[in-house]
Amino acid sequence: MLRLLAAAPNGLGVADLGNALGLAKATVHGIVRTLHQVGFVEQDRSGAHYRLSDAFGRLGETYLDPNELRSRAINWADSLASRSGEVVRVGRLVEGKVVVVHHVFRPDDSDQDLDVGTTLPPHACALGKAVLAFDTSGASKPKALEAFTTRTIVDPTRLADELAAVRAKGWAGEFEEHTVELAGIAAPIRGLGGLVVGAVGLTGRIERICDSRLRHRTDLVTMVRATAEAIGRDLRDDR
Amino acid sequence: MAEQYVAAVDQGTNSTRCILFDRRGRLVSVAQREHRQYFPKPGWVEHDAAEIWRNVTRVVPAAVRQIGADPGQIVAIGITNQRETSLLWDRRTGQPIGHAVVWQDTRTDRLITELAGDQGADRFQDLCGLPLTTYFSAPRLRWMLDHTPGLRARAERGEVLFGTMESWLIWNFTRGADGTGGLHVTDVTNASRTMLMNIETLEWDDQLLAAFDVPAAVLPEIRPSSGVFGTATTVLPGVRIGAALGDQQAALFGQTCFSPGEAKCTYGTGSFLLLNTGKEIVRSTHGMLTTVAYQIGDQPAAYALEGSMAVTGSLVQWFRDGLGLIHTAAEIETLARTVEDNGGAYIVPAFSGLFAPHWRSEARGVIAGLTSYITKGHLARAVLEATGFQTLEVVDAMNADSGIALKALKVDGGMTANNLLMQFLADLLDVRVVRPMVTETVSLGAAYAAGLAVGYWPDLEGLRSNWHRAGQWLPNMDPERRATEYANWQAAVQRTFGWIRPEQ
Ligand SMILES: Nc1ncnc2c1ncn2[C@@H]1O[C@H](COP(=O)(O)OP(=O)(O)OP(=O)(O)O)[C@@H](O)[C@H]1O
Repeated sequence: MLRLLAAAPNGLGVADLGNALGLAKATVHGIVRTLHQVGFVEQDRSGAHYRLSDAFGRLGETYLDPNELRSRAINWADSLASRSGEVVRVGRLVEGKVVVVHHVFRPDDSDQDLDVGTTLPPHACALGKAVLAFDTSGASKPKALEAFTTRTIVDPTRLADELAAVRAKGWAGEFEEHTVELAGIAAPIRGLGGLVVGAVGLTGRIERICDSRLRHRTDLVTMVRATAEAIGRDLRDDR
Repeated sequence: MAEQYVAAVDQGTNSTRCILFDRRGRLVSVAQREHRQYFPKPGWVEHDAAEIWRNVTRVVPAAVRQIGADPGQIVAIGITNQRETSLLWDRRTGQPIGHAVVWQDTRTDRLITELAGDQGADRFQDLCGLPLTTYFSAPRLRWMLDHTPGLRARAERGEVLFGTMESWLIWNFTRGADGTGGLHVTDVTNASRTMLMNIETLEWDDQLLAAFDVPAAVLPEIRPSSGVFGTATTVLPGVRIGAALGDQQAALFGQTCFSPGEAKCTYGTGSFLLLNTGKEIVRSTHGMLTTVAYQIGDQPAAYALEGSMAVTGSLVQWFRDGLGLIHTAAEIETLARTVEDNGGAYIVPAFSGLFAPHWRSEARGVIAGLTSYITKGHLARAVLEATGFQTLEVVDAMNADSGIALKALKVDGGMTANNLLMQFLADLLDVRVVRPMVTETVSLGAAYAAGLAVGYWPDLEGLRSNWHRAGQWLPNMDPERRATEYANWQAAVQRTFGWIRPEQ
């Protein structure tokens, strides 16, 4: 099907594809829809014809430009910061480190410095765990786990369990694992085809992020997950 | 009691959106719809006003529905709009007469030259604060009256109504059950962009009406920007319309630049820097526009100086669509970061002449300093830096006009997602560049002005406390390098002048 589309710069309709391949219309439709969802084919204005998108030719390149991720995330991240009252960051995994792609100040007008471009240890922060949990490259599995506080997870087996838990619940929590008295919550951002392209999360003092039983506040978890979902929707929709 | 919200309707150039804000000025829902752009001839740009109103009737309920609110929870509507786009409609049927003529439309260029005559483009500047250019509404209105058979006579009989987009929306929001009789009003900020309002009296000026040959009968009543205009009879029946402001003035309000000396710049397709000058009407000798910033109820109006840059985000679009060097606007930052500096290249985007502070219509763009060393990375830098240099030119001009040196620049708009550009701005201007938590400052400003009118917010101080810093860039450039870069830019600008030569 991809070959047919590549040979037809003006695009092909579902019927054309079905005839050429000897497939039922419903089957073709299902395949085309999947290819469209992952961004390999695009629809023309009328919606009747499909053609190969240029993203297909760029498969080897970085999947999502980090600056594009920031552009898409900016409004949602602002809204999360203003509703939660906490610092918000968007990060992604690059060569085994979490790189901060976007940073929104805590909305209290105190002196804060932008840390876009700096890196964080993925095993020791919520943002990192949210992306590590969905990483398949393997290259990003840290070899030696550095301890930052007594609560940092340094045992690879424990980290694996923790990441499995993140996958199961769909968000990651952190509790004094990087800096004493700070806690965090993050959720993965899913781009085209459901691929995790980064994470968005907030960080703040324990007493604000956790409830009296030191569990991550469910209202904040809901907010963070909704933010990640909204950014992802923006990334997936705009095709 | 259920939470209450203010609804902002932002009628923009490409789309119309409705955003709801809560009491702390936080965005709670957004609905948006694009409308069609018509380009009937080169240089002509039109919108279908009926389509735009239909979009309003869709996005407002959609925004309310999104959070499961009921219309009773909306305390006020604030309207903000693309400025200067002009429209005539039939008083009786409410039908638009032809399409609305958009601010970017240059069909009036010949008329402008005629009107300027020997006295020059600034002949009305004392009265209305604006130079004669194709941007403002009066020449457009005159063009419509001249080019539609029979229209002038009907206009003189009061059968047709003129308005910019906020007038059209308010008229439709307040129409009677029998389909007629909406309020025909505008606000001081929008009126200040027509060239027909006297900038001191804030009333239609007979001398200007005569000069443009426009009958007074077509003009709306001028009202304060913040104050109850009337009550909606449709879409959100019973909800008061509390404000109307032009988009750039709304952004100034949304950024809470309420004191003289406070400035904001909105970085979108074009960019607009507005400096609050308080009650003082500052007349520019450096190519800035004098405009009304806002008027709250019966208080004296606040004025502003405005510097407009025609091509900023659209240069990035050209780099993407015209040259195809990037796939999305944001990728320009990635490309620009592949090199350390501009490599000596400067791009002056005088695509259709130069705006503030030069106002040279015969200028055309250049890429200066081109050598075989230059890569696409350098050009990407030059594209972003062009926005920085244009801002510096405007800031310099404003400082000279107002005698107030800028202390910090509040920024908003799509380009503020670009960290490289924001840092370059701080470096070049040598001031703090600050991005607020709500980037939708245009809508926020309209909401603020409307909420203020109905007592949802008590006063300006209350609004100020809603403003929070989301990001900040501090200057960090060697002064010598700054001076050299600026001198190079200015030399490049010189090379754009005089490109279009009068026909033989
Ligand atoms: N990350 C980025 N870097 C550089 N330029 C950008 C970036 N993101 C967006 N832009 C530019 O900003 C412009 C869009 O900004 P914005 O959405 O504020 O537009 P606008 O002028 O307000 O449009 P409208 O009138 O439709 O609301 C485009 O011209 C685009 O090229």
